[in-house]
Amino acid sequence: MLVTSVGKLRLEKPGMVASGIMDETGPSMVRMLKCGAGAVVTKSIGSEPNPGHPNPTFTELKCGYINAMGLPNPGIELFGAEMEIAAKSGNIIGSIYGASPEEFSRLAGKMEEYGAAAVELNLSCPHAAGYGMELGTDPAVVGSIVSAVKSSVSIPVWAKLTPNTHILKDLAIAVRDAGGDAVVAINTVKAMAISPQLGKPILSNKFGGLSGPAIRSIGVRAVFEIRAATDIPIVGVGGISDWKDAAQYIMAGACAFQVGSAIGTKGIDVFSAINTELERFMKDYGYGSISKMIGVAHE
Amino acid sequence: MSDTVRIVSIIDDSHDTKTFEFQWEEKTSPGQFIMVWVPGMEEIPMSLSKTARIKSITVKKIGKDTQKLHDLGLGAPIRIRGPYGKGFDLKKGKKMLIIGGGVGTAAVIPVVKETGADTIIGARTDKDLIMEEVAGKYAKNLWIATDDGSKGFHGNAVQLMREKVTESRYDLVLACGPEIMQYHLYKACVELGVDCQLSLERHMKCGAGVCGCCMMDDMRVCRDGPVFTKEQISKMKDFGVSTRDECGRRVKLG
Ligand SMILES: Cc1cc2nc3c(=O)[nH]c(=O)nc-3n(C[C@H](O)[C@H](O)[C@H](O)COP(=O)(O)OP(=O)(O)OC[C@H]3O[C@@H](n4cnc5c(N)ncnc54)[C@H](O)[C@@H]3O)c2cc1C
Ligand SMILES: Cc1cc2nc3c(=O)[nH]c(=O)nc-3n(C[C@H](O)[C@H](O)[C@H](O)COP(=O)(O)O)c2cc1C
Ligand code: FES
Repeated sequence: MLVTSVGKLRLEKPGMVASGIMDETGPSMVRMLKCGAGAVVTKSIGSEPNPGHPNPTFTELKCGYINAMGLPNPGIELFGAEMEIAAKSGNIIGSIYGASPEEFSRLAGKMEEYGAAAVELNLSCPHAAGYGMELGTDPAVVGSIVSAVKSSVSIPVWAKLTPNTHILKDLAIAVRDAGGDAVVAINTVKAMAISPQLGKPILSNKFGGLSGPAIRSIGVRAVFEIRAATDIPIVGVGGISDWKDAAQYIMAGACAFQVGSAIGTKGIDVFSAINTELERFMKDYGYGSISKMIGVAHE
Repeated sequence: MSDTVRIVSIIDDSHDTKTFEFQWEEKTSPGQFIMVWVPGMEEIPMSLSKTARIKSITVKKIGKDTQKLHDLGLGAPIRIRGPYGKGFDLKKGKKMLIIGGGVGTAAVIPVVKETGADTIIGARTDKDLIMEEVAGKYAKNLWIATDDGSKGFHGNAVQLMREKVTESRYDLVLACGPEIMQYHLYKACVELGVDCQLSLERHMKCGAGVCGCCMMDDMRVCRDGPVFTKEQISKMKDFGVSTRDECGRRVKLG
């Protein structure tokens, strides 16, 4: 009943682990697959090892988290050892970040070699100078990266978009026109937190990305907008912590969803809880399959 | 979850270790930790060395951030978040032996207070010993081990533990200290057939079980630990062998 597909990629369960949450090592990805996730998106991996920003990189807020991890990762070469452990246990989506179409293509090629079921291009991190959102808000740049990667790998290519723009639907159209297989929306919302007692920004990077319940309605709106503009498959992410949140994204037009922050707030059992309750809801309300629910809010 | 507290008292525990007390209403349990930050330093994890209404952290100066904390005076505000992690599971009716090695002693002191159980404190020399007085006040028996024999048993805490466990029966060993000490302690517990719970450390960023940088095998030290059971540790290939750096690269433990 919960089976879905993102373009050509079939998923037994519609929920995936979002990039950056318990997905930097092979054993942690295996553990998440066993917890009821249909796939795990890896931490965004770059060409070289990166320690990320210095702490403080993270804090809880009233309605979510704010983080500026700064894309810490061991680099694509060493990440092969983690993929070797994880890829044989289920669907691993390789998230990558680079500064040019060539760099993205090389990283994507490696992920394909390592057994990734798809690649997710991080065109949306709000706190890494020269990467992520800084490239991902120009439809021409997005198009050139997607088409370069498409021509160098045969696994599906997903583009993860930022909500920090007023031209989101143009970005999604650029991804589709470049042959992209899906868009993933949304990454975190660029934000800031200041300690009144200390009179200073809390994150070492000053700015970070807001995630969790605070951004759910932004994400749902983003997915709805993209769906209205193009027919490219959409993976919804942002503030999902229960079946109602997931159903909102599906009804806005997403064919699958990702969960990040709620793995922290609710625990790793969040996937099995969503699976059970979403299935119950679908039975109660006469939705025979996920595909019957996709985009119903547009009708 | 996060708070800014002021330091209400500072205790000199030894030549390189200080305890900072503050008032914090949050409910915490022995073995839990917090993330600590003031501007100008990196945020770092610290175990709670007092867990009642007055809480404290006990900081050993080993680098630039712990130095920064040592520079703080009375009344200074510090940002803390937590409490994080799973602490010690204090089983009623079990005969417990508590072991603290080096600054790891700070993390087990709340357990000594709560249980009054027999306790071993280990340190390199008598100058490095901390919290002997408070442990002596609450523990039924307190034994000291120093590597150079300058006080108490001449040898390390694990050697002393082997003696004590052979002399009289214990059901459960609770410990915190350097990983190399705990590695040998774990081996000793397996050999002697004693259950144990050990408090472990890995590099931490979020502290909240989100970022995945503190993994030991498939366990998050910040959330599934820092205190792990003997059963959990028996499945860890990383324990005593390798850690991860800030990039997530596997590094051999020295
Ligand atoms: C759960 C937990 C509880 C701890 N409790 C205490 C305590 O009660 N008292 C105490 O003195 N120390 C404690 N530590 C260790 C303490 O966090 C480090 O000593 C401190 O971070 C060193 O920072 P530095 O800048 O002074 O030294 P640096 O020179 O920067 O680092 C020295 C070493 O400290 C460790 N370290 C540095 N940053 C981190 C980090 N973000 N996370 C984990 N380890 C790090 C590394 O092993 C590093 O090699 C604890 C660590 C953990 C993980
Ligand atoms: C600690 C943390 C690290 C993240 N790291 C990445 C990353 O490396 N790459 C990426 O594309 N998104 C990253 N994200 C964004 C998430 O994948 C997700 O898009 C966002 O958090 C919104 O979903 P949520 O509200 O379910 O957390 C990170 C989020 C958090 C909280
Ligand atoms: S420090 Fe982030 S998961 Fe443990």
